[in-house]
Amino acid sequence: MGLVKYAALAEREASPSVYRFVEAVGTYGPVRVVGAQTQWAIGRRADYQCTDVRELRAPDGVVDVQPSELIVRVGAGTPVADLEVALADAGLQCPLDPASPMATVGGVLSVGRSGVRRLRHGHLRDTVLEALYVSADGVLRRAGAPVVKNVTGFDLPRLLVGSIGTLGLIAEVVLRCGPVPAMRGWWTANGVDPWSVRRSTFRPSSILWDGTRIWVQLEGSRAEVQSEVQSLAGGPWESCEPPAIPSERSRIDAQLVARLRTEEPTVVFGVSTTGWLVEFGAGVVHGVALPPPSLLAPVLDLNRRMKDAFDPAGRLNPGVLPW
Amino acid sequence: MSDTRGVGSSTPDDADTDAALVGALRRVIDPRRVLVSSFEKALYAKDASALSPSEPGVVVLPLTTAEVQAIVRIALEFGRAITPRGSGTGLAGGAVPLERPVVIVTTKMNRVLEVDVDERTAWVEPGVLNLDLSKAVAKHGLHYAPDPSSQQVCSIGGNVGTNAGGPHCLAHGVTSAHTIAIEIVLADGSCCVLGNDEPGYDLRGIFVGSEGTMGIVTKVCVRLMVNPPAIRTLLADFTSIRDASAAVSAVIASGTLPAALEMMDANCIKAVEPWAKAGLPLDAEAVLLIEIEGVPEGIEPAVAEIRDRCLSSGARTVRVASSAEERALLWKARKSAFGAIANIKPDYYLHDAVVPRNRLVDVMESVIEIANRHDIIVLNVFHAGDGNLHPLLVFDGREPGVLERVHLAGDEIVRACVAAGGTLSGEHGIGLEKKDLMPLVMTEAELAHQVLVRTVFDPDGRCNPTKVLPAGATCGELRRVPEGAWV
Repeated sequence: MGLVKYAALAEREASPSVYRFVEAVGTYGPVRVVGAQTQWAIGRRADYQCTDVRELRAPDGVVDVQPSELIVRVGAGTPVADLEVALADAGLQCPLDPASPMATVGGVLSVGRSGVRRLRHGHLRDTVLEALYVSADGVLRRAGAPVVKNVTGFDLPRLLVGSIGTLGLIAEVVLRCGPVPAMRGWWTANGVDPWSVRRSTFRPSSILWDGTRIWVQLEGSRAEVQSEVQSLAGGPWESCEPPAIPSERSRIDAQLVARLRTEEPTVVFGVSTTGWLVEFGAGVVHGVALPPPSLLAPVLDLNRRMKDAFDPAGRLNPGVLPW
Repeated sequence: MSDTRGVGSSTPDDADTDAALVGALRRVIDPRRVLVSSFEKALYAKDASALSPSEPGVVVLPLTTAEVQAIVRIALEFGRAITPRGSGTGLAGGAVPLERPVVIVTTKMNRVLEVDVDERTAWVEPGVLNLDLSKAVAKHGLHYAPDPSSQQVCSIGGNVGTNAGGPHCLAHGVTSAHTIAIEIVLADGSCCVLGNDEPGYDLRGIFVGSEGTMGIVTKVCVRLMVNPPAIRTLLADFTSIRDASAAVSAVIASGTLPAALEMMDANCIKAVEPWAKAGLPLDAEAVLLIEIEGVPEGIEPAVAEIRDRCLSSGARTVRVASSAEERALLWKARKSAFGAIANIKPDYYLHDAVVPRNRLVDVMESVIEIANRHDIIVLNVFHAGDGNLHPLLVFDGREPGVLERVHLAGDEIVRACVAAGGTLSGEHGIGLEKKDLMPLVMTEAELAHQVLVRTVFDPDGRCNPTKVLPAGATCGELRRVPEGAWV
């Protein structure tokens, strides 16, 4: 076991597919990365017309699964379904949980919307440990590092997630993974107060509520899950298939959710809905198109300055802005 | 006005400017909270790092966001930088006030404003102490998860500034993952709230850990977690660091991610045990402190699995704390390790670096070899589950030449961690201490992007200048990088 040697430390090598991607991005002209286009409309400005945007695909493939580190290095163009298979082979999972199985890793991260297991696994953005990205000047850069804890400089991986390819184009990422639970499933009951359900469980993956029926997703060891099911408030609870999640998705305030206990949904939402599903602990309602919260002037200004700083010529994913 | 003044030295011109500055501050802030005497300013001249103190221009202790805004505007008017400061427990020099700034201390902004028990969130002021927050919400069965060893005295605002960690961040993530929204005052005195969800970029995420260089935090909305219904704390003892490191990997790969997984080496055990009396085995080369959380019915199988993994990695014994008192004692031994050092030598230099977990053995051996070669005593007590090393170099600063050896050894240790695929800091931050090491892990182009995000928040570099970014790093370098280069 030799001692660790010094090296020209900041110099690193990336894979050939990453270099090809860098070359394809180049240094001029509008360019955007296309994944599976499952969330293509998000952030897209209807009034923007541009026909000469070059469309690229990010590197595809799982580069390296490291079970002892609980991390995976994966090309941004890799379908999440492929990543899940590679991870499952190693006993791992990474809860990207896109609505569509076609979605790519880079697409999910760029849009930055967490799946329905956020309650247990935290926000999607916290899965990214390192991101290799190509910036507007055509240079490959690294944000973060392939270690699970890192406060070396400003936390760029957080900024890249949810930036919809407008600050840099993600080529490859290192993601934090966890062990595949021995058991995972959904349970449902009718007419139970979702707040008391939340209080009665220790660490549920999801709690969804449509006003009358409630669905709880649990995962862990068999003993843990069985114990959690036993302790769920109200009931009877039945094992069930995952609920269908309506495609529309909006942010919702906790105060608004609380009003749903006693008031008509159409009054609370201010719009009509054919079926809604509140995701507890995530501030999200599915199946309702609420107007997005608007950004106040100083925050809007910071957002604009960030875009201008990273992409002064506006060549990255033109016509899209995350606000 | 003279432009040749050195850091920390005062000239008559300074005295005039300072008098006018202090006058302006005292017109809007209660004069008792605008500190100007040398004695008072000396209290705010350094943080908990080993870096040299530097006298602040003036120290102000605001009570409200509006007062912070007023202070920032006055500093701007007088061309002074600001240095935000919480409890001053930082270990990287982030709060050391270089260039005689206005030091804004948030310790008097210490109210828990609002707790939403259903949503498990709380709005707090930045001066609330980390442990006080957990105590304040304990009656609701909740706690705040990030738990730096300094949690009795460090503030939430400081935690946000450094993106602080702690033993229990292994399972639950660091400060950023527990920060839902922040209210900040920017360099121009404007105030805004940055949330953690769309629309817009995750500005909250980039601000957390920015060490006061992007503005100052005036309110924080934190995520609270449910107290676990069952907790088991295990102490596994090993006759070699190699075996203990192998056990770390074995436990991580076990399918149960512990809430915490800490290692202490022989030197650390010998320093801590006589004082803490936690029953640590004095003849062990390393112990692992492992904590598992869960529901009562699920926890025993996980304990059994982890015990087996430790034993098959070479543990001599694995002890499970049988009471809350015993558990508290073990954690006291872990979290008070740094206080016990004084029994060996009067001074210490605590390092912080991260390596991939599977390189722990190599790096630990390197650390010990480096310390031996420089004739420095090293203690290791760290977050093994995260690969987050904390080599603690202990010395007596009065011995001639020892400081140089400490710095050389420290530098070599950091380089060894980086060479093993790690990085400069896991939870203490860069501050002044490591800013000149940044080029070890970032290319010139990457540093230019670091400068860029900082500039978006603080275009004129008024917030805690001289921190985090190495001298000479500018956005201008963005243009000079050759096309397509992977420099």
